[in-house]
Amino acid sequence: MRLTIADLKKGEKGVITDSSSEDIPLKLLEMGCLPGNKVCLLQLAPFSDPMYLNVNDSFLAIRKETAALIVIEKIDE
Amino acid sequence: MSKQLNVALIGNPNTGKTSVFNALTGLNQKVGNYPGITVDKKQGICKLSRGVKAHILDLPGTYSLNASSLDENVVIELLLNKNDKDYPDVAIIVSDVENLKRNLLLFTQIKDLKIPTILVINMSDLMTRKGISLDIELLEAKLHTKIALVSTRKNRGIDELKQLIENYKTISTQACLDTTTIDEAYFQSLQKAFPNQDVYKLWLVITQDANFGKITRQELDISKFKTKSNQELKRLQQKEAIKRYQFINATLKEGQTIDRSKATGLRSKLDRLLIHKVWGYVIFFLILLSIFQAIYDWATFPMDLIDTTFASLAEWVKNTFPGGGKLTDLVAEGIVSGIGGIVIFIPQIAFLFLFISILEESGYMSRVVFLMDRVMRRYGLSGKSLVPLISGTACAIPAVMATRNIENWKERLITILVVPFTTCSARLPVYLIIIALVIPEGSIIGLNYQALVLMALYLLGFGMAIFSAYILNRILKTKHKTFFVVEMPNYKLPLLKNVIITVIEKTKTFVFEAGKIILAISIILWVLASYGPGDKFNNAESYVETTATQSAYERNDQIAAFKLEHSYIGIIGKTIEPLIKPLGYDWKVGIGLVASFAAREVFVGTLATIYSVGSANEGENIDTIKTKMANETYADGTKVFTLASGISLLLFYAFAMQCMSTLAIVRRETKSWKWPILQLIGMTAIAYICALIAFQFLK
Repeated sequence: MRLTIADLKKGEKGVITDSSSEDIPLKLLEMGCLPGNKVCLLQLAPFSDPMYLNVNDSFLAIRKETAALIVIEKIDE
Repeated sequence: MSKQLNVALIGNPNTGKTSVFNALTGLNQKVGNYPGITVDKKQGICKLSRGVKAHILDLPGTYSLNASSLDENVVIELLLNKNDKDYPDVAIIVSDVENLKRNLLLFTQIKDLKIPTILVINMSDLMTRKGISLDIELLEAKLHTKIALVSTRKNRGIDELKQLIENYKTISTQACLDTTTIDEAYFQSLQKAFPNQDVYKLWLVITQDANFGKITRQELDISKFKTKSNQELKRLQQKEAIKRYQFINATLKEGQTIDRSKATGLRSKLDRLLIHKVWGYVIFFLILLSIFQAIYDWATFPMDLIDTTFASLAEWVKNTFPGGGKLTDLVAEGIVSGIGGIVIFIPQIAFLFLFISILEESGYMSRVVFLMDRVMRRYGLSGKSLVPLISGTACAIPAVMATRNIENWKERLITILVVPFTTCSARLPVYLIIIALVIPEGSIIGLNYQALVLMALYLLGFGMAIFSAYILNRILKTKHKTFFVVEMPNYKLPLLKNVIITVIEKTKTFVFEAGKIILAISIILWVLASYGPGDKFNNAESYVETTATQSAYERNDQIAAFKLEHSYIGIIGKTIEPLIKPLGYDWKVGIGLVASFAAREVFVGTLATIYSVGSANEGENIDTIKTKMANETYADGTKVFTLASGISLLLFYAFAMQCMSTLAIVRRETKSWKWPILQLIGMTAIAYICALIAFQFLK
C-alpha cells in the first residue's frame, strides 16, 4: 500500500520517495520536500489537520490534503 | 555629489532580515508603495565611509525566486529588470545560522543572476549554544561570495557588513552551479532562440509565467517560446531544486558541523504547550483577552488625555484669535478637532501593534495559524484573521491595519471587509442609550433584559462578520492559486528595537496616510453642520421665541438646536427622511445618522444638540437626552422611539458602515477606493434591509 505523510503518527519518521504530484506547491519542494529527504511528524492540530513536520531540517506546517500527496517509506530510528 | 549605491536585502522570512535592515539604517527609513500593488516598499539609507551612501531596499521575504504571492513577485520583478531605478549594485542575502541549508537555496538562485552577492549569516550568537561551527573561508570559496557573521541581537558584525558593502566590486559574480544540466537540450534551444539574453533569466521568466503570472516589468517577450507543457516545466523545476540541494548539501558537509547533542529542546518544549490541543487554545484565548483589555481599557487613559488636550487647544485657539471670525472657527472647530479625531486613535494602534509585533517576532504567530487554520479556512480566513477580528471589538482602525500580517491577499481582503461588522467601542454609547430607552427593565432567570440585548448585539456583529466572510469566500475570485505551507520558526525573544520601530512606523502610516482623508472629511462634516443657507440659519436668534421663564442656557440650547435644524446637515437629514421613514426614524435621527459618519458616538452628542440639551451638565446629560427622546412624538402624537424603531436603530448601527476613518484606512490598506466604496454600499444595504424588516415586523 502507498504510504504518505498523512499516514504518519505523532513522532514517526519516514523518507520521501515521491513528491512529483501536480498539486504539491513548488514552495514545499523548495523547502526540502524532495525524494531522499527525511520527514518527521512532530505534532498534530485537532482532527489531525494541519500537520506539523520537520522536513530536511525545516520546520513546517502543511494541511492534511497536501500531506496525503507526498509518498514516503517509514523508517525506525 | 556624494557617491550612491543600491543595495537589496533579500532573504527567507524569519531570518531576521528586518533586524539587519534596522541595524543598517536605524530610524533612517521610510515606507512607500510599489506602484499598483498593496506591498509596502521599505527603504532606508546607510552611511558608509568616504561619503558613500547606500540606499537599502528591504525586499519582501521569500523562500525562492519562484513567486507564489504578490509580495514575493516584487523580488523577481526587480531582479529581472536591470533598468529599474532600484536595481541593486549588490544583493545581501540574509540567512539564519540554524536554517542555512534552506536559506542557501535562494542564495544560489540569486547568484545565478550574476549580481554581486554578500551572504549574511544572522543569529550567529546562537552557534555555540546550538553546537554549530562553520568554516567561513571554505564556504566563501565554494559559494563565490563574502560572508558576514552577524548578530543583530548582540549588535555584532554590522560594521564588517558595511565594509563588505563598500567593497562590493571585489565580490565574484560567478554562479554557484550550472543548473542547465537538468535538461541540456532544452536550455540550448532556449539560448539559441534568445542569443543575447541570460539563459537563467529566460528560464525564470518562463516558469514565472507558467506558475504565477506574467512578469509585468519585463522587456522581452518569451511567449512564443513554448516547447514544454506546464507539467513538464514543473518537473524540471523539481529537478532544479534537487540539483541545488545536492550542491548545498555537499558544500555544507564540508563547511558546517552540527553537534546535535548540544541542541536545546526549547522549541519542542514550548510547542508541546503552546500548540497543545487544549492548553494551546486556552493560552491563545488568554493572549487575545489581554490584547482586548489593552486596547479597550488601558488605551482609554491616553485617549481621554488626548481628548481633553485637543478640546482645550480648540478653546485656546478660539480665545487667542479674537473676533469670532469664520477663519478662527474653522481652525478651532474644524481643523484642531479634526486632527484630534486622528490623534485619538494612536494609543489603540500603538498598543495593538506592540502586541502583534511581539507575537510575530517571538514566532508565536505561526503557532496561532497552526491552531486556527482548520476553523478559519472554512470562511476563507486565515488563522491570523482572529487577531484583527477580536481587536475590531475595540476599534476597526487598528484592526484593519493588523491584517497586514496575513500573507494571502484573498484572506487579507476578506478580513478587512468583514472586520467593521464587529462591535467597536464607538457603537457602545449609541447602544446604551437606545437600549435604556426601548428595552424594558426586568430580568429572566436572573439575567437582565438590557444586558442580554447588549450581548446579543456583540454576538450579532461577530456572527455577521463570519457569515459575510463565508459569502465573500464564495464570491471573490483570485488570479493566483494559493497554498498552505507555513514555516514554524524558532522561538525568539523579541528585539525591543524592532518592536518600537514597528509601532512607530504603523502609527506614522496611519497619521499621515489615512489621516489626511479623515481630516478632509471631518472638515466637510464640520462645515455642513456649522453653516446653512438662508435667513433661518443666519438669524436663528430672531426666530427662536423668548419666554419669560427661560434661562439664558436654555435659550442658547434652543438656538443651537434651531441652527442645526437649518444647517446643511439638517437639510440633508430632512431630505433623507422619506428614505429612513420606513425604518421608523424621523429627520432628527436622520441628522444623527449623517453626523455619525465622523464617528458613531457623535450620534449621542448630535441628538443632545438637536433636543436642546447641549450645555447641560455632563452627568445629567445622558439622562436628559433619554427623557427628551422618550417624550419625542410625531405630529399625530405617536412616539418616535418605540421598541420597533429602537430595535431597527440598533440593527442599523450594528451593520452600517458609518465610519469615515475606517473607510480611509481600508483605502490605505487596499490601495484603491474600490473596496471601501463596496464596503460602504454593501454594509449600509445590509443594515437598511435588516432595520426595515425589523421595524415593519415589530411595528
